[in-house]
Amino acid sequence: MKKEGEVRIPSGCAICGIFSRDGSPVNGGTIAKSIALMHNRSNGLGGGFAGYGIYPAYKDYYALHIFYDNLKAREETERFLDSHFDIINLSKIPTKQVESITDAPLIWRYFVSPLVHKIQDSQLEENEYTARCMIRINNSIDGAYVFSCGKNMGVFKAVGYPEDVAEFYRLEDYEGYAWTAHGRYPTNTPGWWGGAHPFALLDLSVVHNGEISSYDANRRAVEMYDYTCNLLTDTEVITYILDYLIRKEGLTLEESANVIAAPFWSTIAMKDQEEATRLAYLRKMYSSFLITGPFSILVGFTGGMMALNDRLKLRSLVVAEKGETTYFSSEEAAIRAIEPDLDRVWSPAGGKPVIVRLNKEAIV
Amino acid sequence: MKTIDAFKLNEEELKQEIRNNQDIEVDNCLGQRYLGCALKEGNIKLVGTPGNGLAAYLDGASIYVKGNAQDAVADTMNGGLVAIEGNAGDALSYAMRGGKVYILGNAGYRAGVHMKAYKEKRSLLIIGGCTGSFLGEYLAGGTIIVLGLNCKPGMKLTGYFCANGMYAGKIYLRTDEKPVNLSDKLEFHKLDRDEKEEELRPLLEEYARIFHLNLEEILASDFSVIEADPQKSYKQIYAAV
Repeated sequence: MKKEGEVRIPSGCAICGIFSRDGSPVNGGTIAKSIALMHNRSNGLGGGFAGYGIYPAYKDYYALHIFYDNLKAREETERFLDSHFDIINLSKIPTKQVESITDAPLIWRYFVSPLVHKIQDSQLEENEYTARCMIRINNSIDGAYVFSCGKNMGVFKAVGYPEDVAEFYRLEDYEGYAWTAHGRYPTNTPGWWGGAHPFALLDLSVVHNGEISSYDANRRAVEMYDYTCNLLTDTEVITYILDYLIRKEGLTLEESANVIAAPFWSTIAMKDQEEATRLAYLRKMYSSFLITGPFSILVGFTGGMMALNDRLKLRSLVVAEKGETTYFSSEEAAIRAIEPDLDRVWSPAGGKPVIVRLNKEAIV
Repeated sequence: MKTIDAFKLNEEELKQEIRNNQDIEVDNCLGQRYLGCALKEGNIKLVGTPGNGLAAYLDGASIYVKGNAQDAVADTMNGGLVAIEGNAGDALSYAMRGGKVYILGNAGYRAGVHMKAYKEKRSLLIIGGCTGSFLGEYLAGGTIIVLGLNCKPGMKLTGYFCANGMYAGKIYLRTDEKPVNLSDKLEFHKLDRDEKEEELRPLLEEYARIFHLNLEEILASDFSVIEADPQKSYKQIYAAV
């Protein structure tokens, strides 16, 4: 079977997200109901979710979600984990038999904490240490794929329609302050479990509707900074670009949005001088991270969420508010499916990020 | 008029009901695609949020939506009337060939791209609020009117690249402010009193009546028009030499 990147994938897709700014818990079944309304935007070859605040009992540990093709991959990975992390808890991720979801890999979850002496030896801080370990597993252990490795968050994904994926992972057993969801429509590829969205590194997760025409330029650029694109799909590269810009370069989310969806030079020229200088600086400094082609993305991270369209707004994106909850979706109907009575509904402009964060007093 | 509940039907059944009933009200619309496509006659009222591709290829029927519509409303519409008491999404009235589309609220990106007109077919798109970028791109005929009603102060009626590549038809804006980066192949001028009375009033009468708006108040504002500059035709670019 050919995996992604060995064939071209023009994709359709649906995305949606829920963010409760006061931290009040949202059941995983709610996001599943929202994405299910956009069933026709996917074709059953990939569905997935990211939940934040779902592991309060283990919130100080990295939650690793790993697919294994076989027992050997698991043994090898566990040996590696044992020598680099303190494993607090490990188990299979609870799943339910769903008729439409087949060929499931072994799916395991580990709550871990990096070994202190290993971190000291490496002279890295713990996020970088953990990220490097996960990239190493994905690169070097055949048949093992870490698809989620953040704290107090988790990605759940599979080949199938998103509503079936939610049932498979028993999403109604989880509650979190934020959720993103994705329904996939890869038309030229078999689709496989690792290639479903969200893509995540540490607590940063991305769901994406679109097709990145700058993929190869972006891939070459992130590979200069020690990332490896194992999956050869465009969304993976967005995750690494954002991780690089935000975590390593220290850019704000707004600045990162100005890099990946940089305005046209003609648009920059219309801005006042200070803003034009700032935008031109970001565009020149990080030119290889400009993402061209159609996209709408939702970026989840600890305590917040960002929605962003390409600068031409070639994919739909609707934002809505009700009380302390913000909703995002490819289609307004998917929001109204879970909250018919909205305070406000709007479509953000292309290239203009919409960023929501937990209120200061929110407890999660 | 027959009233049906969209919750109780699947998408195919719903489309069938609409096709089989000339006068029908559909409550609880939620994301069902291609409602009212290519219908030649009838009066259809949709309550809720109908899905993408509403009224595509519409060919004479009237569709009234109480709620917001999503993307690709009135794609390649040929005749009839679509009135939306709410917002419309992206790619509204793409390549529309005839008939009337009235939006009370805002429209998204790429509204009225490549609209056309031919002989008695005169496509008309009126947007009560503001629009996103690429309004009327490649406009080949017909009329677009953007009113900017209830838009927040300082908000522009149009986004970037308004009327880019336009070579026929007219775009009226209820402002005297020129859209940003308007192509130098286009002419922009403020309407005088006579032009407003003769050109605009007849176009806006039905719109104001349907949405219960005060036409005199609307017409009291400044209006401008964008037209292709006949001296700067695209012929010179495309013609074989």
